[in-house]
Amino acid sequence: MRLLNLFKIAFKAIVLNKMRTLLTMLGIIIGVASVIAMLAIGEGSKESIRENISSMGSNIITIRPASASSSGVRASADEMQTLTLKDYEAVKEQATFLSYATPLVTGKGQVINGSNNWPSNIYGVNPDYLKIKVVDLQSGSMFTDSEVKTASKVALIGQTVVDNVFPDGQDPIGQMIRFNNIPFTVIGVLEVKGENTFGQDQDDVVIAPYTTVQKRILAIDYISQIMASAISEDDAPNAVTEVSEIMRIQHQISHPSKDDFSVQSMEELISTFSSTSEMLTLLLVAVASISLLIGGIGIMNIMYVSVKERTKEIGLRMAVGAKGADILMQFLIEAILISVTGGALGVLLGLGSTVFIEKFLNWPTSVALYSIVISFLVCAVTGIFFGWYPARKASALDPITALRYE
Amino acid sequence: MSKAIIKIEDLKREFTMGSETVRALKGISFDIKEGEFVTIMGSSGSGKSTMLNILGCLDQPTSGNYEIDGVKIKDLTKNQLATIRNEKIGFIFQSYNLLARTSAIENVELPLLYNSKVSTEERRKRAIEALQKVGLGERLDHTPSQLSGGQQQRVAIARSLVNNPVMLLADEATGNLDTRTAYEIMSIFQELNEQGITIAFVTHEQDIATFSNRTIVLKDGNIIQDYKNHNIQSAEEQLAKLPKENH
Repeated sequence: MRLLNLFKIAFKAIVLNKMRTLLTMLGIIIGVASVIAMLAIGEGSKESIRENISSMGSNIITIRPASASSSGVRASADEMQTLTLKDYEAVKEQATFLSYATPLVTGKGQVINGSNNWPSNIYGVNPDYLKIKVVDLQSGSMFTDSEVKTASKVALIGQTVVDNVFPDGQDPIGQMIRFNNIPFTVIGVLEVKGENTFGQDQDDVVIAPYTTVQKRILAIDYISQIMASAISEDDAPNAVTEVSEIMRIQHQISHPSKDDFSVQSMEELISTFSSTSEMLTLLLVAVASISLLIGGIGIMNIMYVSVKERTKEIGLRMAVGAKGADILMQFLIEAILISVTGGALGVLLGLGSTVFIEKFLNWPTSVALYSIVISFLVCAVTGIFFGWYPARKASALDPITALRYE
Repeated sequence: MSKAIIKIEDLKREFTMGSETVRALKGISFDIKEGEFVTIMGSSGSGKSTMLNILGCLDQPTSGNYEIDGVKIKDLTKNQLATIRNEKIGFIFQSYNLLARTSAIENVELPLLYNSKVSTEERRKRAIEALQKVGLGERLDHTPSQLSGGQQQRVAIARSLVNNPVMLLADEATGNLDTRTAYEIMSIFQELNEQGITIAFVTHEQDIATFSNRTIVLKDGNIIQDYKNHNIQSAEEQLAKLPKENH
């Protein structure tokens, strides 16, 4: 009852000073709106990175040689030859958290078809590769296990390669191409995937049996990577642990610090990239928070003026029976009303500008519920914090002096 | 014999200003009985304002006793004093002290807002009744800027009545008004007094005293005169005697 009355009194004071209230709120409105918009931009870019990486296969696990040293000299990962087919076979046989696995050897070279040529990458893999990378075929078919066994000269090519070496729209299936002068029969075309997050053209690729690439193109017997997929995204961390253990036994490594390989899941990659955008988000939010702070100081300023201006009114209220606590509450409620209303308007403005940014600037945005809740709470706290001191001052006024104040 | 609303016994009030002690009230004693209309007079520096502050429970005496409606004021906390002001005293000020841009009825409701025992409906009802008593029943929604000085003071009187106080405390209530309006206001006070309301009227204007039934004169912190007025003037009659204003 009493509180409700104080609420009415505070509300009345705000309504009587519409313009001033609005201007005071403006600081809070802009502060909250920018916090929400900044967080939405940050979340949006984080989500788009995640989506992008996931589209490359979110449960992919890669095993690469790493940190190997021979007699104290560390070798670069590209030159390392520590990963072998035996490792692949061991992983394939023993791992329980993996659904597919393939050895991977890569090489660069020139794709030639008649008078057309194009520099591209060749990936030597097994038929599981398509399932791991979640790639479909536009046309044709994947090579078979027996073609791997016999190191057949068959290849699948991506759209970019098709566009460049078959420029006149000829169906590439069944055609011969040469990669570094080794002839391959094109048996399939990969579906278009576009650029990945790192700006790499995922369609600029030639895929062939790893045996073929090993023997006929690179003339090596080690492999550069093992690529596998975990049973599910959730099992990826388990798969990483399991594969690491298998590899340690394979390579007779006693301690994880001596690992000559690295096992990475896509999940880790995602978090690496997310953390960059998280930093950025944090920075944006910090800037936005400062404007919220300034908004709060604006409230304090106005409340101070308001207390000064209404000294006589405070005296009168005390004379007719208002207690110090009543006056304190009145001004505190007033400050909170201003900040919370400002906060609500700020949320609306923030959501509005988020829609605007998404629509007209084409930036990915994503409004997180927590950003709304937090900025709203911050607002209420700002109101209490910055309203408290002036309100306290008002309530401590001596009624006699306040009444005589001119 | 009617009971005493105010009992004051050897009341002293001292202020310390730097190293000096100012004795504003030097041991004052008097009673105000229910239904009395007392004017408290004195020139500035007489202790009049200090007296008023203590009577209004805005200030506490340094020593001596002050009792209002049976409640001893000494040793009450600030909050308890606020409750006394809210329930037992009706204040009327020289400068009306109405809330600007706030309707007459809301101004009158103000004291009841701080009394949680009064419901919203009752508050409104009592405010309307109080405004009708001072003849402003038709102007409930007027804001102070839409009212004349006399009307504003009537709103203030209505505000002082709304909590059914045991005593009205007026501080130079006619000080800002011309003679005609002042007499109008005084006739309202007389009317209220006839209805049995106790009034303490602090003023320095001699003619106001002629409308009351008792006068206390203060000088230098002491009472120098305290007399019953046997020849009470009617403010209404005095008003009629004033030369008609030319419009």
